[in-house]
Amino acid sequence: MTLTDIKEIAEADLLTNNSDMNIQINRGCCSDLMSDVLAFSKPGSLLITGLTNETVLRSAEFANMKAILFVRGKKPNTKTIALAEEKKVPMLATKLSMFEACGRLYMKGLGSESQF
Amino acid sequence: MTDVVREGVFFLNGKDFDNAGVASSEIKAILEQMGVDRSIIRRVAIASFEAEMNTIIYAPAGILRYKITSDFIKVEFDDVGPGIEDIDLAMKEGYSTAPDYIRDMGFGSGMGLPNIKKNTDVLKISSQPGVGTNVKFIINLKIDETS
Repeated sequence: MTLTDIKEIAEADLLTNNSDMNIQINRGCCSDLMSDVLAFSKPGSLLITGLTNETVLRSAEFANMKAILFVRGKKPNTKTIALAEEKKVPMLATKLSMFEACGRLYMKGLGSESQF
Repeated sequence: MTDVVREGVFFLNGKDFDNAGVASSEIKAILEQMGVDRSIIRRVAIASFEAEMNTIIYAPAGILRYKITSDFIKVEFDDVGPGIEDIDLAMKEGYSTAPDYIRDMGFGSGMGLPNIKKNTDVLKISSQPGVGTNVKFIINLKIDETS
């Protein structure tokens, strides 16, 4: 699915400017533990998290996450959003819980097609 | 002798979480410029970031040195931190001495060193409690076609 699809399904707002909404994302990875994102995620995934500090963005950058969806109404600060724009990691934010956001996205096909 | 393509040094300050990842990001950018395979860059970036975080979390200061050749990258971290009492124990998944505020940042779950090992081809850790820790690793930059 595209980032536009993800935005609609998760009822999310786009936080970053100049983001390519047509990028294809087929997998999701949800965690508030960045160590686990670095250890277990698959590259090219959507990172779904409730943590908003800068190390979340760094973890996404190094683990090759295609975009970040913040849940539970949380948003990173403007400095982190600016860095995300520089690193070309689109950021979305939804008021949904992590469970609800993941459930809706999974139902619509995110993560159901494993390439491994 | 293999030609050195690039080498450099970064100074890491303890608890400077705003700059955590800056060094690893620059190394990642260099490897991208060199056209290194993306999956290999990912391994380098993850191992480097984990080690960078460890230095920033535990030590008041540290130095990252890297050397890139056409065949491999070597990254070495030297810190003046508390050291590791039992390296075998620290290598176990889930073992951590990180304080709660580090866990609140999504780190300190005891996956760092095992994950560095998983992503590197050679890893050496030496430490003297009360003096500091040296972590160095090598990752081959060419895809091993035999594996």
